[in-house]
Amino acid sequence: MTQYIVLSAILFTIGCVGVLTRRNAIVVFMCVELMLNACNLAFVAFARQHGNLDGQITAFFVMVVAAAEVVIGLAIIMTIFRTRRSASVDDASLLKY
Amino acid sequence: MNLLSHSVLLAGLPMAEEGATAPVVAPDMGAGGVFDLLWLVIALPLLGAVLLLGVTPFLPPSLRASVDKHGHLLGTALAALSFVLSLVLFVALLGRDAEARQVGQQLWTWFETGSLTVGMDLLYDPLAALFLLLITGVGSLIHVYAIGYMEHDPRRRRFFGYLNLFVAAMLTLILSANFVGLFLGWEGVGLASYLLIGFWQHKPSAAAAAKKAFVINRVGDIGLSLAIALMFATFGTTDFGAVSELAGEADQGTLNALGLLLLLGACGKSAQVPLQAWLLDAMEGPTPVSALIHAATMVTAGVYLVVRSNFIYELTPVAQTAVVVVATVTLLWGAILGCAKDDIKKALAGSTMSQIGYMMLAAGLGPAGYPYAIFHLLTHGFFKANMFLGAGSVMHGMDDDVDMRHYGALRKAMPVTFLTFAMGYLAIIGFPGFSGFWSKDRIIETALAENLVVGLLALLGAGITAFYMTRLMLMTFFTTKRWEPGVHPHESPRVMTVPLVVLAALSVLGGVLLLGDWIKTWLEPVTGTVEHHEPPLPALVITLIITAVVAIGVAAAWFLVGKRDIPREAPRDVSFATRAARADLYGDAINDAVVVRPGAGLVGGLTAFDRRGVDGAVEGGSLAVGGLSSTLRRVQNGFVRSYALSLLGGALLVVLALLAVNLR
Repeated sequence: MTQYIVLSAILFTIGCVGVLTRRNAIVVFMCVELMLNACNLAFVAFARQHGNLDGQITAFFVMVVAAAEVVIGLAIIMTIFRTRRSASVDDASLLKY
Repeated sequence: MNLLSHSVLLAGLPMAEEGATAPVVAPDMGAGGVFDLLWLVIALPLLGAVLLLGVTPFLPPSLRASVDKHGHLLGTALAALSFVLSLVLFVALLGRDAEARQVGQQLWTWFETGSLTVGMDLLYDPLAALFLLLITGVGSLIHVYAIGYMEHDPRRRRFFGYLNLFVAAMLTLILSANFVGLFLGWEGVGLASYLLIGFWQHKPSAAAAAKKAFVINRVGDIGLSLAIALMFATFGTTDFGAVSELAGEADQGTLNALGLLLLLGACGKSAQVPLQAWLLDAMEGPTPVSALIHAATMVTAGVYLVVRSNFIYELTPVAQTAVVVVATVTLLWGAILGCAKDDIKKALAGSTMSQIGYMMLAAGLGPAGYPYAIFHLLTHGFFKANMFLGAGSVMHGMDDDVDMRHYGALRKAMPVTFLTFAMGYLAIIGFPGFSGFWSKDRIIETALAENLVVGLLALLGAGITAFYMTRLMLMTFFTTKRWEPGVHPHESPRVMTVPLVVLAALSVLGGVLLLGDWIKTWLEPVTGTVEHHEPPLPALVITLIITAVVAIGVAAAWFLVGKRDIPREAPRDVSFATRAARADLYGDAINDAVVVRPGAGLVGGLTAFDRRGVDGAVEGGSLAVGGLSSTLRRVQNGFVRSYALSLLGGALLVVLALLAVNLR
């Protein structure tokens, strides 16, 4: 049991650091996914431990949200890349241009 | 029925000091007959004012031109009608018994709110009757005089409208049966006085004088309005009759406050120290105005107020003493000013102040003095109006020059003016047999009986009066010619000299009112009676002393003014006393130092506090918010990763908080 939680924490931390340090929007995105999945792992592990299905259902919800987020997020990144030939999050620091 | 209520009233009345019977004011409402026309006395001049001031501007131009040409006749006729009616009313009042000489008329309810009801009520009693005759009589004469005096003024119609307005307001003041109505008239005469002082508004000095009179009068009006408010709070009514009944039950502090507040009001209107500074400047107005408003009638309203409020002053020795002190200071103050002024009207104005001081003094002495206050008020109304109109006549002949140093030897050029003026002069100095002799003599006698110091000061005032009036007389009508080149003095037209002759006759004969103590008996229903203290000396001796003092004053003026050459320019190197008197005894400087400059300082301080304090707080608050937000704005830098960091930090904080709560 502890191993799952530790793995989940490690994955979450990697994702977190990635979001904070990387500039490439695609990588930041992947790190966000990593954090979400770390959460999913924790949810499923706790559901197993408590013997009910709440955590598993929540994990499904998270997946659905993540999928929707990927669709929207990738579209935005694509559009930004098309206009300014860069996928760096620091370049898009202004809401105009 | 009336008798019954009378006796009930008497039983319920608090007896004042021993020997004194408090006056019973139980007016006979709806007496019928000629008394039903009481309201007309006010309505007639008011009609004149409305027609001349309110209606005429809306008439077609041709009609307006004819009103401009003949409007003064309408104004004069209405004032004269009012006088005739006053005379009829007076005769009717004479025909009634002494106890029934209080006639009231309820016109309408003025306003009614909660338990307060103020009626538009009129009260016609012996006091009001005498005032009515004075105001409408002298008023009509001055209207006639003004026809000649204002002949070449393009705004003569308006002038007569204002005069009528004044007469109507003054009559309202006198005839009202309660203090609120009195206050209405009080403000009305203040307004008319303001309009008439500033009648020649193209002169900055006249405009400033009008404003000064108005502002100083406001100070007095505050006193009167506070007194009325206090009456409402204490008695729930301001009717003279009701207040005189209830006054005995009020506590001493309230009565003292009432007396002093009424005195403040009287000081403002009657130019008594410390609110005296406006009267001399008020001489900027046309001379008929000075005669009517600032000598004969309006300025005596303060004396009327004190005499009318006798039921309050009877119960408050503090306020009575204050009246006497103010009056004594004023009668000397005015007399000293009169000695130093070269402007003939200002010299007369100083004398007016001084004479009103005498009236106030008598009014402050209680029931023994009231009749003599009113008596002197009447005789003064005659002789001072006479002298002011005489001064106007002189100015008329001297091309509106008011400087007595440019007069001299006018008795040959203007014989009628000289002779009538001389009657007024002899009356004011108290030459035996003339009206002023009787009235001033009685006041000084009463003052000596009540208080030796005050009496002696009043006696001194009589000597100074004789001095300055003789000086004025000598500089104007005697000594040598000092005329400006090109001035040809001439006698004034008949329309101006006839009123002078009538007033001169009244100045001489005014003393008949005292025959058999008539005025004392006549005013008894209003002022009450009291056995007055015996004067320290027999009356005849006092009269002789007064006459001797007057003679000394006249002789001093003869030796100091008449026997010397009078320079055409006022000498510069004069003693401190003369300089002080020329500067109105520094009345303006005192006002400036005590009121104007601290007031300006206070306003300056308040403005500074508003700018720095209030505005500073408001603007500082907005500046602080603005500064904080511009600092906070830096956080919104647009970098996704910094947002993510703050998100993480926030999430950590929430988690830590949850842990802290759970672990506890």
